[in-house]
Amino acid sequence: MNAFVTEKTLAPAGTEDRAEREILLKVDNVSLSFGGVKAITDISFDIQKGEIRAIIGPNGAGKTSMLNVINGFYHPQEGTITWRGKVRRKMKPYEAASQGIARTFQNVALFKGMTTLDNIMSGRSLKMNRNFFWQLMWRGPAEREEIEHRRKVEDIIDFLEIQAIRKTPVGRLPYGLQKRVELGRALAMEPELLLLDEPMAGMNLEEKEDMSRFIIDVNQEFGTTIALIEHDMGVVMDLSDRVVVLDYGKKIADGPPEEVQASQAVIDAYLGVSH
Amino acid sequence: MLYDIFIDPFVQMYDMPDFFLQVLWEGFVAGILYALIALGFVLIFKASGVFNFAQGIMVVFAGLTLVGLHENGVPAFLALILTIGVMGILAYGVERVVMRPLVNQPDIILLMATIGLTYFLIGFGEFVFGGEPKQMITDELGLPNGSTAFEIGERGLVILQHIDIAAAVIAVVMVTALGIFFNKTRIGRALRAVADDHQAALSVGISLNQIWAIVWFAAGLVALATGIMWGARSDVSFALEIVAFKALPVLILGGFTSIPGAIVGGLIIGFGEKIGELYWGGLVGGGIESWLAYIIALIFLLFRPQGLFGERIIERI
Repeated sequence: MNAFVTEKTLAPAGTEDRAEREILLKVDNVSLSFGGVKAITDISFDIQKGEIRAIIGPNGAGKTSMLNVINGFYHPQEGTITWRGKVRRKMKPYEAASQGIARTFQNVALFKGMTTLDNIMSGRSLKMNRNFFWQLMWRGPAEREEIEHRRKVEDIIDFLEIQAIRKTPVGRLPYGLQKRVELGRALAMEPELLLLDEPMAGMNLEEKEDMSRFIIDVNQEFGTTIALIEHDMGVVMDLSDRVVVLDYGKKIADGPPEEVQASQAVIDAYLGVSH
Repeated sequence: MLYDIFIDPFVQMYDMPDFFLQVLWEGFVAGILYALIALGFVLIFKASGVFNFAQGIMVVFAGLTLVGLHENGVPAFLALILTIGVMGILAYGVERVVMRPLVNQPDIILLMATIGLTYFLIGFGEFVFGGEPKQMITDELGLPNGSTAFEIGERGLVILQHIDIAAAVIAVVMVTALGIFFNKTRIGRALRAVADDHQAALSVGISLNQIWAIVWFAAGLVALATGIMWGARSDVSFALEIVAFKALPVLILGGFTSIPGAIVGGLIIGFGEKIGELYWGGLVGGGIESWLAYIIALIFLLFRPQGLFGERIIERI
């Protein structure tokens, strides 16, 4: 069942080897509320460099809010976020993006009027912003730079096998492909940490398998650390190195998939329990 | 009656070609002015998906600032540069105070914010420059004010005002520059990205603040050009703000997101209005100029809801 995992980490989950891995991101005692509604209560966990970290939990558990805290859309009232060793009270979206955190959205957030190519190119805007004023001149360095970025984007398009829809406005694409383009845009940022919010929601089995393969390839070939939210337990158990489980904004379990799966608290959260 | 509608106007056009040409020219100039103002709307709509209610008052405000500075003894050319600076400050201020706190809010909220901005600018403009109409400083800015007459046929005469020619030239230059800026640079892509989805744009690190400031500044420059040209033809007064809404039918025709659309739409409305007024207006007692544009736009709307050049949005649902 955990074929991917063992193959990838070269060590069974839960050994000392894991503990020695560098911690890329850590959230400590984060609480977030909107008015009187508590979305997240006192959550702490970490994401290690190079792992695939799953965040699971029933609907409304605060998973997406957690991602929003990590990439700076939401600012928690309490707690700290440690990113690459630097402790801070909150992230800002621009800061997160420029320091290597990319993400996709639960309900595909693409630039619908633009083509696949332009959408993925937009993922490189930060890499290009440097010579903002050159763009006005367009010629020379800016043009060369554009070509270079274009090459990177074509690589991503090849990698995701979406050559055929390169020039199609994404609003016209079927849902599964839109999700793939969105992943492409995030990859174009060459992120260190990739946040995927339900990358497989609404997909059929075949599409899920494709997406799983892409996620594993990204993790292994590019060494990208991945944090993903997913409801399909089969996928989660197969893909992830470690799983954190949220319920009603609280953390109820954290550990390797098989451990989490066996946890009574998790079973109760998913199946419900009579109090 | 049918003769009056379907035949007589064309007979007149044929009989008096000089008058017809004059009408066409008037229509062209009006069209250019509409196009300029529509351009301001298009810029902001492209970048934020918001109909900027304040575009009209920005035209007035830019014109008033220019004239007001000059009245206080600032040389015309310096006043122009200072006005550009003021529009820059305005753009920055709008981004900072109006747009930034409203990121991710529904479009209708942003629209309301621009309505608020309109009333602020009206009040602020009156407070600083007073409410009475002002004369545009055309001569001081070095704009031509003569006219050239062309003889057509034996007795015919077409008169072209130089200021109108200048307006046309400035409009063309402006549109070309903006077209290149937004289509050939990466800012253009960032701009469309911001218009499509704020969150997604943020997630790839596009700075909404930067893009909005740039766009509002560009719209401010367009407003200034419009203010000068329009002010030269009439006065610079708060009444111009209402005229600015003539840009609505232009936008419906041209599409809210298209720069060339604003130009073509402006020209169609300009020509249609003048020709309609002068050849058919008499049949209903004249004065159709003020509403004919909306009728033309409505008819177009029936056939092309997205406008002539608007982005046709095909979306899966």
